[in-house]
Amino acid sequence: MTAFSDEAIIKVRDLTVGFHGKLILEHLDLDVKRGEILGVVGASGSGKSVLTRAIIGLLPKVNGRIEVFGVGMDAADEAERRAVERRWGVLFQHGALFSSLSVRQNIQFPMREFMKVSDRLLDEITVAKLVMVGLKPEVADLFPSELSGGMTKRVALARALSLDPEIVFLDEPTSGLDPISAGDFDELVKTLQRTLGLTVFMVTHDLDSLNTVCNRIAVLGDRKVLLIGPMDDMLASQHPWLQAYFHGKRARALAA
Amino acid sequence: MQERTPNSSPILEQTRLGTSLALRASGQWTIHHALDLEGLIDAAEKLNCTTATVVIDVSQVAKLDTFGAWLIERLRRSLTQGVVEPDLVGLSANYSSLFDEVRRVKSGVVEGKEPRSLTAFLERVGRSVVGVGGTLVGLLSMWGAILVTTGRVIRHPSSFRLTSMIHHFEQACWRAVPIVVLISFLIGCIIAQQGIFQFRKFGADVFVVDMLGVLVLREIGVLLVAIMVAGRSGSAYTAELGSMRMREEIDALRTMGFDPTEVLILPRMLALVIALPVLTFLGAMAALCGGGLVAWGYGGVDPNAFLSRLREAISINHFIVGIVKAPFMAFIIGIIACAEGAAVKGSAESLGQHTTASVVKSIFFVIIADGIFAIYFASIGI
Repeated sequence: MTAFSDEAIIKVRDLTVGFHGKLILEHLDLDVKRGEILGVVGASGSGKSVLTRAIIGLLPKVNGRIEVFGVGMDAADEAERRAVERRWGVLFQHGALFSSLSVRQNIQFPMREFMKVSDRLLDEITVAKLVMVGLKPEVADLFPSELSGGMTKRVALARALSLDPEIVFLDEPTSGLDPISAGDFDELVKTLQRTLGLTVFMVTHDLDSLNTVCNRIAVLGDRKVLLIGPMDDMLASQHPWLQAYFHGKRARALAA
Repeated sequence: MQERTPNSSPILEQTRLGTSLALRASGQWTIHHALDLEGLIDAAEKLNCTTATVVIDVSQVAKLDTFGAWLIERLRRSLTQGVVEPDLVGLSANYSSLFDEVRRVKSGVVEGKEPRSLTAFLERVGRSVVGVGGTLVGLLSMWGAILVTTGRVIRHPSSFRLTSMIHHFEQACWRAVPIVVLISFLIGCIIAQQGIFQFRKFGADVFVVDMLGVLVLREIGVLLVAIMVAGRSGSAYTAELGSMRMREEIDALRTMGFDPTEVLILPRMLALVIALPVLTFLGAMAALCGGGLVAWGYGGVDPNAFLSRLREAISINHFIVGIVKAPFMAFIIGIIACAEGAAVKGSAESLGQHTTASVVKSIFFVIIADGIFAIYFASIGI
């Protein structure tokens, strides 16, 4: 059920982003297809996070065009942009949970803002989201400072999923997790993609994740996308960085 | 029966056939229609179907997400009689895994709401009393830690962080000079103006100099500066130490074999203890200048008369009484600020609460200390 359409749900064209006269991304083109899990890799400092933040509108761009759900994010007025933002969820690298709200309030925060339903339904949906991300309902009354690293990521994912988005952006979702939790998390992302028909944009360094869950991989380097395609294309590439990344010591250890 | 456009609102039709009840869902069962959906399900849950077999047909649902799936699941559960569950028919392969997910949700949500009753009120009172006790213990232990560290640093002076102390001295003293001087100057002006206004009634204009001198040098100067420093540097100390605690920086220091009291707190305390007398002196001088100018312009007391009157009215004791209090007040502000910083918990809200508490408590204790000093100096006759 990983069949995804060729429709580009996110379309990035000619994107240039830079700070203080230094360009991080230059003339970058990227399509994310509806229903796929796209892994974004690249050396540290190659602009993976910058690309993510530019797409979700947290960073200003020097030049270029970004379309999400066919809406040009520059031309869109405030209301249109809000509407698009409600249809995506973002998991930040460190969770970015609101530290003064409980897990329940964190997950309900976007729901309360955008819809008027009874508290009972909100509580039930909160439990459903927690169960979906593999947590116990009892977690709902804990505060972010009382959660472990893996739990924080799961709660953050539950919050990102609270409005049933069509796209989720995951920034290094498995970093800092033990291999078993990381494997569970990968499985979770796959399940959610299957059950909710999610499109996943995932920045990651985890070769296991890339191998097991990603439908396609985009490699960032030299301020643009070096290569995009399935794992086989990555392994076949002759580019030195890709060779080092996918055939390096760690990658070989995985293959063995 | 009705048209089904892709964006149609959710519908739940009922058809009774003999003893069986069919509920047919259609339309968009998604978050965008969450309110409509909840109404539909609430109404359907009240259906009387004691004898009927129930079938829920979802084949006509155009789109389904967690909300829709959960509400259908909730309906299915509430219409379950004994062990007979309603049949769910027409479930497409795409959505069956979504139903598997929501089926794992147990009914009966854990409620986290606090009860509002007399017991809860008493509990809150009890907790605040315990909290006050905790604050006192926190202050004492901070005091103890500072004394122990000071003792160690005196024995090994090389371990003292001079650079850090100079940095904090610049922050707390040098950068505070403009605002402290300006505010003290203005307060001096106001005291003089009010004094002249009142004393003129007795024709005793010149006594404004006595009042200004005694008030500014003994009480107002130091109190004003202490309150400004509590708001300016005390809050900064609490916020710095608190956020360092939140980000585990203090734990990191400890693991590297550093004593956080020595590295972070002692330089700040010492900087404050030196800064406050300096600022008090500058503030008092600025207030006297302000008062002098107003006395000259508004009360006709020219600078020479002002100075000679000031020399008669005040002795060095007045100045000493004021300046001696400054380091003690700095100590109070520093201990409270650092203890509050060390008490910050993991959340942003807690950081805000402790920063507020730091300023409020510092000002309160500074005023209490000023009162105690006033009684003390009165009884020893200075």
